[in-house]
Amino acid sequence: MAEFAVILVSSILINNYVLVQFLGLCPFMGVSNKLESAIGMAAATTFVLTLTAMASYIVNAMVLEPLGLIYLRTIAFILVIAAVVQFTKMFIEKTSPLLYRVLGVFLPLITTNCAVLGVALQNTSKDLNFVQSSLYGFGAGAGFSLVLIFFSAMRERLAAADVPESFKGAAIAMITAGLMSLAFMGFSGLV
Amino acid sequence: MIELIAQNPIIAALVALVGLSIVFGGLLGFAAEKFKVEGDPIVEQIDELLPQTQCGQCGFPGCRPYAESIANGDVINKCPPGGQATINALANLLGVPAPELDAEHGEESEVRTVAFIREEECIGCTKCIQACPVDAILGAAKLMHTVIADECTGCDLCVEPCPVDCIDMLPVAETIADWKWSIPAKPGQMIATDRRGEVSPTVHNEDAA
Repeated sequence: MAEFAVILVSSILINNYVLVQFLGLCPFMGVSNKLESAIGMAAATTFVLTLTAMASYIVNAMVLEPLGLIYLRTIAFILVIAAVVQFTKMFIEKTSPLLYRVLGVFLPLITTNCAVLGVALQNTSKDLNFVQSSLYGFGAGAGFSLVLIFFSAMRERLAAADVPESFKGAAIAMITAGLMSLAFMGFSGLV
Repeated sequence: MIELIAQNPIIAALVALVGLSIVFGGLLGFAAEKFKVEGDPIVEQIDELLPQTQCGQCGFPGCRPYAESIANGDVINKCPPGGQATINALANLLGVPAPELDAEHGEESEVRTVAFIREEECIGCTKCIQACPVDAILGAAKLMHTVIADECTGCDLCVEPCPVDCIDMLPVAETIADWKWSIPAKPGQMIATDRRGEVSPTVHNEDAA
């Protein structure tokens, strides 16, 4: 049990994919304008990350390793990710057409979110078992959700704030992200 | 067969990737059937926000065609009867910034109006009946016409075709049934202390009053 807690804390706070490993910055900047769409994106990405971590573990352990095809990991994992994202897209289109519209192009772009491929590749390079892998994937998604939702909440306030002309828009967002990243460095000694 | 695959890394790679693709393709095909979306639900939501005057000032034959066009990426500022309130509601629904009303399609009228036919001047030509998108004009050829005020959406479309110009757009009088509190000033102007020395005299006076 303690081990699972360590994996979760490590993937959510200490090795946060966005703010510490700098993976998945595209949706972090792109979908953080509105809190509502950020929550939708966070949920979709967490779903994709967890499912991908599981599926890529299965593909790796059942297909690639027995056949000695470890060098095909990247391409096989991209296949897995594309399929999972496509499934998520259909699922959201059916359950929440509004969210589907709000997320727009960023939903299929989860495929190219490097955090997703990063999780799958790191799981195999760390030799985690199935439960650890899926937990790691979920933790990465939760960490992504955490910072995306915080960041979008801040950006909503920034939109109303009196920002100097030259810092308006993306500039102040980048600075905010940098400050958040500095803050997350404080977690590095936690475990 | 299995030996062949195990001994030829290239064949093994091909078989593995093609196999994976087939498996995932099959799963996705199954999911596509399972999660099939009937129609486009977003059109319904947009259509509900439009004022349903069916006036055609947006360039489409009615509110629903315009809703379909918006769902396909058309701009949301073509609806004069709905005015800025409708544009804001649509922008909120679609998660896009709210533009100003496009002046090309007409101006937002301050008050709601309703068509009125000066009946003694009407010659019974039925041209306004054909123009009315909501069938709010009653009458027959060579007989006097009249407007069903409850059905009229105030879209102005009947004014133009009338050969004797006997149709007026009258403002709807405010009654107890439809009177509403006026909308307060913008949030930024409501609390004078929040404006940090930028308080304009007009706002100040309102507060004092």
